[in-house]
Amino acid sequence: MNDVLLNIEDLVVSYTSGNKKVNAVNRMNIVVEKGETVGLVGETGAGKTTTAKAILRLIPNPPGVIEKGKIYFSNENLLSKKESEMRKIRGNKISMIFQDPMTSLNPVITIGEQIAEVIRLHQKVSKAKAGIIACEMLERVGIPKERYDEYPHQFSGGMKQRVVIAIALACNPQLLIADEPTTALDVTIQAQILELMHKLKIDFNTSMIMISHDLGVVAEICDKVAIIYAGQVVEFGTVKDVYKNTAHPYTKGLFAAIPSIKGDRLKRLFYIPGLMPDPTNIPNGCPFSPRCSSKLDICEKCAPKDTYINENHLVRCHLYEEKERELDLCQSY
Amino acid sequence: MPVLLKVEGIKKHFKTPGGTLHAVDGVSFELERGKTIGIVGESGCGKSTLGRAVINLIPATGGKVLFKGKDITAFKGKNLHSLRKDMQMIFQDPFSSLNPRMTVSEIIREPIVEHKIKTGNREIEEEINILMETVGLASRLYHAYPHELDGGRRQRIGIARALALNPDFIVCDEPVSALDVSIQSQILNLMQDLQEEKKIAYMFITHDLSVVRHMSDDIAVMYLGVVVEKCSVDKLFQSQLHPYTKALLSSIPSTDLDFKKSRIILKGEITSPINPGDECRFAARCNYATDKCFKETPVLRDIGGYHYVACHYAENLQKGDSA
Amino acid sequence: MSKDNKQKRGQFKEAWIRLRINRAAMFGLSVIILLIIMAVFAPLIAPYGYDEQHLKMANLLPSWRHLMGTDNFGRDIFSRIIYGSRVSLQVGFIAVGIGVLIGGTLGSISAYYGGIVDNVIMRFIDTLLAIPGTLLAISIAAALGPGLTNAMIAVGVGTVPTYARVVRASVLTVKEQEFIEAAKCIGVKDYKIIIKHILPNAMAPLIVQATLGVASAILSAAALSFIGLGIQPPTPEWGAMLSAGRVYIRDYWHIVTFPGVTIMITIFSLNLFGDGLRDALDPRLKR
Repeated sequence: MNDVLLNIEDLVVSYTSGNKKVNAVNRMNIVVEKGETVGLVGETGAGKTTTAKAILRLIPNPPGVIEKGKIYFSNENLLSKKESEMRKIRGNKISMIFQDPMTSLNPVITIGEQIAEVIRLHQKVSKAKAGIIACEMLERVGIPKERYDEYPHQFSGGMKQRVVIAIALACNPQLLIADEPTTALDVTIQAQILELMHKLKIDFNTSMIMISHDLGVVAEICDKVAIIYAGQVVEFGTVKDVYKNTAHPYTKGLFAAIPSIKGDRLKRLFYIPGLMPDPTNIPNGCPFSPRCSSKLDICEKCAPKDTYINENHLVRCHLYEEKERELDLCQSY
Repeated sequence: MPVLLKVEGIKKHFKTPGGTLHAVDGVSFELERGKTIGIVGESGCGKSTLGRAVINLIPATGGKVLFKGKDITAFKGKNLHSLRKDMQMIFQDPFSSLNPRMTVSEIIREPIVEHKIKTGNREIEEEINILMETVGLASRLYHAYPHELDGGRRQRIGIARALALNPDFIVCDEPVSALDVSIQSQILNLMQDLQEEKKIAYMFITHDLSVVRHMSDDIAVMYLGVVVEKCSVDKLFQSQLHPYTKALLSSIPSTDLDFKKSRIILKGEITSPINPGDECRFAARCNYATDKCFKETPVLRDIGGYHYVACHYAENLQKGDSA
Repeated sequence: MSKDNKQKRGQFKEAWIRLRINRAAMFGLSVIILLIIMAVFAPLIAPYGYDEQHLKMANLLPSWRHLMGTDNFGRDIFSRIIYGSRVSLQVGFIAVGIGVLIGGTLGSISAYYGGIVDNVIMRFIDTLLAIPGTLLAISIAAALGPGLTNAMIAVGVGTVPTYARVVRASVLTVKEQEFIEAAKCIGVKDYKIIIKHILPNAMAPLIVQATLGVASAILSAAALSFIGLGIQPPTPEWGAMLSAGRVYIRDYWHIVTFPGVTIMITIFSLNLFGDGLRDALDPRLKR
C-alpha cells in the first residue's frame, strides 16, 4: 500500500438508548490513501455519519461511546489524543462539510469573516492576512471576492455550500469529510458543486471521504467506495470493482433498485424485501441475512469475515469465504 | 381513453413585498384515466404549487381545471367537499404528513368518516383493515403510532389515507424523495399496482428524473412557473430539445461507469420568479440565448408529433441534434 | 359511535399509564389532590374558625396549640391557610381557566386564519398587553365591583394576552406541518382541524404556561384584595395573608412564611404535574 492517510481499524461505536446498548458502528474497517476520495454509501441509519463523527471524535457522550478500535491519521491514533490536541486537528487537518448549507453558517456574521475566523483560529496570521486568504478562497470556490461582506441569507443554497466548502478548505486540510454535501441541492446545482469539489480536491491535493446515499454521485467523484449496512462495511473496493463486479448481495440489490434513466423501462422495479434491521435488534450472524436472497445456512448463525476478491476489493459475505467455517469458530465475533 | 383532467393555462400568483411572485404562470396539460403525467423541475420552479392548485387545495389565480368536464377552480363549500373524494394527494414528507397523536387506524379512519364512505363501526373497521392490507401494512400496526414506524411504512399510511376515498386522480408530491433506495422501489411498485388495479390517474411531481421516467407516460418539465417542454417519456429521454431539459438530463449522476456523457454545466442559479418580464425565463442561464430570447417570451408550441417546446430555436436545435 | 368513544378512552388510558410511571408528576398530583380535599373539608380539618380572634394571643410563634402560630389579630394561621385554600385554589384554577379558554381560542383562530383576522385579534391583544396585567385586573374589578367571582374574571381576563400569544406562536408552527394540509385535502372542516389536529399538537407550551399562571393568578387576586377590590376580609386567602403579614416580617417571621410556603408548594406540585402531563399526552415519548 502506498501512503495511507487514514486507517480505521475494527471501530465499534455504541449508543445507549433507554437501557439498551446499540452498536451504531460495528467492526468498521476503512482505509483512505493520500489524495484519494472514498465514498461511504448506505441507507438512513447505516452508521455513515456516526463513522465520520468518530473520526473527528465528535460523538456526543453520553449517549455515544467509542467502544473499541483504532483510527490512525498520519500514523497517529486519534482515539488516544487529548481533547485539546483534537481541537487543533478539527477544521485544520481534518475538516467537515455538513449536509445542510442553510444551518451550517452563522447568519449574523459575514461570510468573509467566517472564513477568516477559521484561518486565524489555526494559523498564526494577522487579521489583514487572514482576510486576504479568505478572499482568495472565495475566488477559488467561484464567488467574486466583492461578496466578502455579505451575509449568508444573501446567498442561494448552492452558493452557501460553496462558502461552506471554502471554510472547510481554508486551512488546506489533509482530509475533508463531506456528509451528503449535495443532497439538499438541485441536480443542476449539484453538478456545479460536484465539479467544483473534484477540481479543488486535485488543486489542494486533499483526501476526501464522501458520505452519500446516491450511488450516482459516488460514481462521479470517488476512487473507492465502501458500502455500509447496519454499521458494517459489507463491501469495499475501487469504484470500478464495486460497480462492475458487484459482490455483496446487498450492493447488488441497491443497484437493481434504482430506476434507470436509459434502456428499456422495467415493468416493476426490483426491491430488497424487508427493512433495515432495528439497531436494538441486529440479527445474529450476517445482519443482511433476513433480507438476502442467496442466504446460506451459516449466514444466520455466524458473522461473516472479510474476504478479499482481489487486492483492492473486499467483501464481508459468507458466499465468498473459501472454506466453510465450523460453527464453533463463530464465537470469536 | 377519455380525458379525465384538462388543465388550461392555470396560474398561481402570490403577492409579496417585492412584487408579484409568479409561482405558476399558465400551465396546461391533459391527463387520461389510469395514466401518469410527471412534473419535473428543480426547487422553486412551482411544481408543488401547481399540484395544489390543480386539486383546488389552494385557489388558482387564473386558468381552468376541467375535471370530468366541470371547471373545479370555481368549486366552493359542498362541491369542493365532495370533490375531495375524487382527487387526493400523497405528500412528500412521511414524517410531517401524519398527525403524531393519531394511530394508524385513526388516520385512515378520518376520511372514511368524514365522507361517510362507510357507516357503522363494523363496516368502517373492515374498510380500514382492507385498506391496510391493500397498501401492505400488517394488521398488528392497527393501533401503532406513526413515530414507531419507518419512512416506508409511514408513506404507506399516507397512501392508504388517500385511497380511502377511492379517488380517480391523485397528486403525488415527491412521494419517495425522503425514502431510501431499497424502500423507494417498494413504494413505487405499490403505486403502480394500485394504478393498474384501480385505474387511478397520477400527477407525479418530482425532481428525480429516473423515478419520473419509471412512473410516467408523459412528462412536463417546469422552469420558473412555466412548462418548457412536454412530451412522452421516451421522447423526452431520447430527443429532448429545450436547452434546460438537456442540461437537467446531463446533470443526473449516473451509476454507469461506461456511460461518460458530456455534461452541460449551467451558469448561475435559478432566477427570481418575482415580476418576470418579457423574456425567456431561462435565457440568463442558457448557452444558446440570443437577443431575441431576452426580448420575447417563447410560447409552448407543438413542433410535431406531440412534442411541445417553449424555445424560439426548437427547430434549429432539432436539426442540430440530427446532424 | 360507541366504538369511537372506546378508542378515545383508550388514548386517555394510555396517557394515564404514561403519567403513572412519572414519579414526580404523581407526587405533584397527590399534593394537588390533598390540597383540594383540604379545601372541601376545611371546617372539619381546621382546629379553629378562620375569624376567631384572640387579641391577647396575637403574634404567637408556632406551638402545639397553634401549629403555625397566630397572626396580629391572634387568629390561628394554620386554620386560616386551610380555609384560605378554598378561595385561593378557586381563584387560581378558574382565573387560569378563563385565561386559557379565551386566550387559547383567540390565539388559535388568529394563527389559523392569519391575514386580517390575525391582525385584528392580535392588535386587540397588543392593546391589552400594553396595560400591565395587574392594572388591567384592577380596572376590570373596579368596573365589576368587589367579590370573589369578579376577582376571578378580572384576573382571568388580565392573563388573556399571555395565553393568546403562547397559543398563537405554537399553532403557527403546527399549522405549517403537512398533516394539516393532508387533513384539508381530505375535506375536514376548519374547526375540526383546529380541535383535532392543531390544538393537541400545540398544547405543550400552553400547559407549562398555565401551571405557572396559577401562581401569578393567586398573587394577582391578593393584590386586588389588598386594595379592597377582591375578596373581602376576614375571608382568608393565601395571597392576602402574605401581603398582610409583610409588615411584621422582621419581628414575626411565621406570619408571612407559612402562606408563602403553601403557595410555593402548590405551584411546585402543579409544575411537576404539568410537565408530566405534557409528556404523557405525547405518544412520541412513549417508552
